[in-house]
Amino acid sequence: MVTLRNIIHSAVAMMVCFGSLAGMYALLGAPIVAAAQVLIYLGAISVLILFAIMLTQAGDANLPSPFHRQVWAAAVAALVVVGLIGWAVTATDWGNATVVVAIVLNTMAAAIFTDYALPFEILSLLLLVAIIGAIYLARRPEDDERANS
Amino acid sequence: MGLQGYLVVSAILFGIGMFGFLARRNAILMLISIELMLNAVNLSLVAFNAYDYYSPNDSGAIFALLVMAVAAAEATVGLALVIAIIRTRQTPEVDEYSDLKE
Repeated sequence: MVTLRNIIHSAVAMMVCFGSLAGMYALLGAPIVAAAQVLIYLGAISVLILFAIMLTQAGDANLPSPFHRQVWAAAVAALVVVGLIGWAVTATDWGNATVVVAIVLNTMAAAIFTDYALPFEILSLLLLVAIIGAIYLARRPEDDERANS
Repeated sequence: MGLQGYLVVSAILFGIGMFGFLARRNAILMLISIELMLNAVNLSLVAFNAYDYYSPNDSGAIFALLVMAVAAAEATVGLALVIAIIRTRQTPEVDEYSDLKE
């Protein structure tokens, strides 16, 4: 998906990838994470990215080459990282990690609001900051002048 | 395969995201690649949680949810930045943003 020339196709491939990940979360016994994945990624972030593409795409008359000059260096770096992580994963003895333990929603919810209450609150603050920052960044300067006149 | 399979998938996904981030010229596609890398990390977190590695209280799934919220905030601000830059520079190609160099 990252090699497609048309960025709309990349975005649609990304949505497929997010959907498959939601399926994997469901397989891993975490249906709440799967639901959040569908809501946040498939519902919110994908639509956001598609809107951004729609707003910025000048038309696909002459699509330029999608890659930098350093594409080979990037490929080598990515392959090295995948190789290292893959080697570490396959070389490690994971013991008897064969049975999926489904999460228990009650204990997980209790943990969010007791052990992880501080990160949870900080997260709400972060989202507020992100909303204000996005509005400030995306607003057109001429809108203010129009409002003042 | 079990846990190993999920971790390998996660590693490959992270590699794809890293390649896209390093190699593509389009700013929006770089953001998509960042989302891909965050998703790869999420997958490994949930996998570790599911196979009960060092995760009392389902902390892996909680971390995954926190990462998702942070990713949403990051996508919002990132896309706002990209749209603001494209509005002034008229191009999404990152190698044409060379004002500081000249």
